[in-house]
Amino acid sequence: MRESMEFDVVIVGAGPSGLSTAIRLKQLNADLNVCVLEKGSEVGAHILSGAVFEPRALNELFPDWQELGAPLTTPVTKDEVYLLKGEQGEREIPHALVPKPMVNDGNYIISVGNLCRWLAEQAEGLGVEVFPGFAAAEILFHEDGSVKGVATGDMGVSASGEQLATYMEGMELHARYTVFSEGCRGHLGKQLIERFNLDQGKDPQHYAIGIKELWQIPADKHQPGLVIHGSGWPLEDASGGFFLYHGDNQQVMVGLIVDLNYKNPWMSPYEEFQRLKHHPLLAQYLTGGERVSYGARAIAKGGWNALPSMTMPGALLVGCDAGTLNVAKIKGTHTAMKSGMIGAEALAQVLADESKAWDSTFAQLFDASWLKEELYQTRNFAPAMHKFGTLLGGAFNFVDQNLFKLPFTLHDTSLDHAQLLPADQAPKIDYPKPDGKLSFDRLSSVYLSNTNHEEDQPCHLVLKDSTIPTGENLTRFAEPAQRYCPAGVYEIIEQDGGPKLQINAQNCLHCKTCDIKDPAQNITWVTPEGTGGPNYPNM
Amino acid sequence: MKVLVGVKRVIDYNVKVRVKSDNTDVDLANTKMAMNPFCEIALEEAVRLKEAGVATEVIAVSVGTSASQEQLRAAMALGADRAILVETDEVAEPLHVAKAFAKLMEQEDIGLVMLGKQSIDSDNNQVGQMLAALTGRPQGTFASKVVVEGEQVTVTREIDGGLRTVRLALPAIVTADLRLNEPRFAKLPDIMKAKRKPLATTNFADLGVTVKQSMRLDRVDVPSVRSGGVKVESVDELISKLKDEAKVI
Ligand SMILES: Cc1cc2nc3c(=O)[nH]c(=O)nc-3n(C[C@H](O)[C@H](O)[C@H](O)COP(=O)(O)OP(=O)(O)OC[C@H]3O[C@@H](n4cnc5c(N)ncnc54)[C@H](O)[C@@H]3O)c2cc1C
Ligand code: SF4
Repeated sequence: MRESMEFDVVIVGAGPSGLSTAIRLKQLNADLNVCVLEKGSEVGAHILSGAVFEPRALNELFPDWQELGAPLTTPVTKDEVYLLKGEQGEREIPHALVPKPMVNDGNYIISVGNLCRWLAEQAEGLGVEVFPGFAAAEILFHEDGSVKGVATGDMGVSASGEQLATYMEGMELHARYTVFSEGCRGHLGKQLIERFNLDQGKDPQHYAIGIKELWQIPADKHQPGLVIHGSGWPLEDASGGFFLYHGDNQQVMVGLIVDLNYKNPWMSPYEEFQRLKHHPLLAQYLTGGERVSYGARAIAKGGWNALPSMTMPGALLVGCDAGTLNVAKIKGTHTAMKSGMIGAEALAQVLADESKAWDSTFAQLFDASWLKEELYQTRNFAPAMHKFGTLLGGAFNFVDQNLFKLPFTLHDTSLDHAQLLPADQAPKIDYPKPDGKLSFDRLSSVYLSNTNHEEDQPCHLVLKDSTIPTGENLTRFAEPAQRYCPAGVYEIIEQDGGPKLQINAQNCLHCKTCDIKDPAQNITWVTPEGTGGPNYPNM
Repeated sequence: MKVLVGVKRVIDYNVKVRVKSDNTDVDLANTKMAMNPFCEIALEEAVRLKEAGVATEVIAVSVGTSASQEQLRAAMALGADRAILVETDEVAEPLHVAKAFAKLMEQEDIGLVMLGKQSIDSDNNQVGQMLAALTGRPQGTFASKVVVEGEQVTVTREIDGGLRTVRLALPAIVTADLRLNEPRFAKLPDIMKAKRKPLATTNFADLGVTVKQSMRLDRVDVPSVRSGGVKVESVDELISKLKDEAKVI
C-alpha cells in the first residue's frame, strides 16, 4: 500500500493556470487545504512561452501586482508585423491592417517562467503547498468512477525496472477535487479526455510546436518593448509564424511556431527556425549577440471549436491542458490564468455547499466570463488559417476580426498526425549547415536548455509497438521523429546490419511533439522521475 | 552526540554557468539553485547516524543570504532536526564560514561536524580544514566511510592512489567525498513537516565573529574556445607540423 495524503484540492502543474487556481482558492477561502505538484526541479524550470502578456487576468487576481513586485517590467512600445518574402525581402504590414487581436498596446514583454516563479511565491505566502520535483504519474479513481486524486511516480527505479538503493515509492494524493493544469497535451489530461469523452462533439485539437531562444544582444541594437511578428519565409510547406521580442536586460526572445498539421515528412521545424534567424530582419538584432537559452514546447491551438468539456466528476481541466489559448492572439497565458480563476470560484462554491452541482456551477461562471467571450469571438481564426493558408486565411480573419463578426463557424476536422505525405511523394528539403554564430546544431542547443534526466530510469517515451519506428514509419515516412523532435531524441542508427531506433531520452525537453505528431500515434510521453527535464532560466 | 552539517546554496549542477556580459561575475538571475551535492552527502551521513541511534540531533547550518532558507528547509525535509541560518549579504569567504561554524560548535556543544569536501561553485575545498585549525580539533577529509564508536570516529579517506584510514577523537570534523553514500529523495510529507521545523537566524555580529573581506573578484571570463584539430596524413607531416607550426620540437 502506498502512503497517502489528503487535501481539499490537488493541482497538477505549476504553470499560469495551476498557480492561478491555487491562489484564487486561497483568496476565497483561506482554510482550504491546497497543494500544487510540479514535475520541474523548481517552479518555472519547465515553462517556455513567448511572451507578450496581456495583464487582464493578473489585474483581477492581484490588482496590486505592481506593488507586489510582479516581474512585468517591459511594456510593449512598438508593434511590427512582417511578411517575409524570401531569404532577403520582407514587407511590413501597416498597423491599420493588422488584425485587432494582434495589436499589443497595454501588454508587457515577460518571461512566463519568471511570472510563475513569482506566482508560486504569492501562492506559498497564502499557504498553498507547492511541491516542485514531483510529477503526477497516475490518476486515481473512486469506485464510482469519479477522480480521487493522483499518485506521484516512484523514484529510484532502474532502466530495467528494478528498485535501486535510493528507491522511494510514489505517494497518493487524495482530494475532494483534482485540478489538471499540465499545459498543452497533458499526459494525464489526455487520459481524462478519453475516459470521460470530454471532447465529444468537438473538433479535434490542433497543435503547433514553438521553438524559442533567448539572446543577449549588444546594447546599441536593443530596443526594449519592441515586438515583431511575422510569417512567410522560410515556411513553405507549413503554416506558422515567428516572433522576436525585446525584453529587459538586453535580452531578446526569438522563436518560430510551426503548425503540426504540416504534410512534408522531411520538414524540420528546428532547422526552419535556425535558417529563419539568418533573415536580415532578425539577423540585424542577433548578430554580435550571444545565445543564452534554448527550448521548445507544443501549443494547443484548436481554440473554441476544440475546447473539451472542462469538468468531470471530482476533477477539472484548466489552461492549455484543456486548450484555452486564444489562437488569433497566439496568447494563452492570460486565458490559462482566467480559466484557473473561474475554476477556483466554482470549486470554492461546491466545496462550501455540497448540494451544488459541480458541472453546472462551473459552466455558469465560465459562460458569464470574458474568457468565454474572447474564445468564442476568435473561433474562426485557426480553421481559416488551416483551410485557406496563411495569406487568404489572414485576409478572412482580418474581415472577421476588424470589420464585422461573421455569423458562422468554420470547422477543421482533420487530424494533425494524419497529414503526412509518404516521403517519396514530398520534396526533400536541403537545410543549410549551421554557422555557429546565428544558427546551431541540435546538440549544442539542447545543452543550453539545461535538460537532464537521471540516466538509470525507465524510458519515459513509451512505444506501444516497438516495430513501428523501423517499420511503417521508416519505410513510408522516413521516420519523421528524427526531424520534428527539437532535441534530437530519436535517431535511426544502423545496428547488426539493420535500422534501429535509438531514443536519447535524457535530452527530452518535454515539448510533447512526438506524442502529437507520430503518424502511428505510437509514442506516449509519460512522466519521467521527478525533477527530470529542462531547467529553463527566464523562459 | 549532536551533529552539525554545513549546507551551501549553489547553482544547480544541471545548469550551464554563464558569465555576465560585463564580466563582473557569473549570472545567477533566475537560475535554478540547489543544495551543494557534497553537502547533501554529508547530510545523508548525519541523518543515517541519527537513524542508527549514534547521533541525537542533526543541525543544518548555512551561511548566506536569506534565500538559503530554501536549502535549509530541504535539509530538514531530508532529516535534519533544525536549522540555523547565518545571514549575510556579503560574499562569505571560506574563513568566514569556518569561523561561524567554530562558534556554533562551541555554542551547540557539537560532537561531529559533517561538511562537503568542497562546494561545486567556488571549489575551494577549505572550510573543513580551516575549521579544524581554528578549533584545534582533528579532521578527516575526503571521507568515503565514517564509523563512530564511543568517543572516536574512524574515517576512510580517498587519497591519490588508494585509501587511508584515520581514527579521530571526537569532537571532529569530517568532509564528505562522492562515494560516502547515495543521498535519499525527500518525501512529500517530510517536505510539509520541514516547514514547521525550527529555523533560527543569526549573523556574524551576533555570533561575535569579525569578518574581513580578504578577496576581491576582479573579473570572470569564459574559457577560450578550443580551435578544432587537424588530421595529419603521415608521421613526417606530424613531425614537420610540430616543428614548424607548433614549434614544440
Ligand atoms: C513558443 C511559445 C510562445 C508563446 N507565446 C505566448 C505569448 O506571447 N503570450 C501568451 O500569452 N502566451 C504565449 N504562449 C502560450 C502560453 O505559454 C501558454 O498558453 C501557457 O503557458 C499555458 O499555461 P498552462 O498553465 O496551461 O500550462 P503550462 O504553462 O504548460 O504549465 C504546465 C505546468 O505543469 C507542469 N506539469 C505538466 N504535467 C505535469 C505532471 N503530470 N505532473 C506535475 N507537473 C506537470 C509543467 O512542468 C508546467 O510547469 C506561447 C507558447 C509557446 C510554446
Ligand atoms: S522526445 Fe518528444 S517530448 Fe521530448 S523533446 Fe522530443 S519531441 Fe519533445
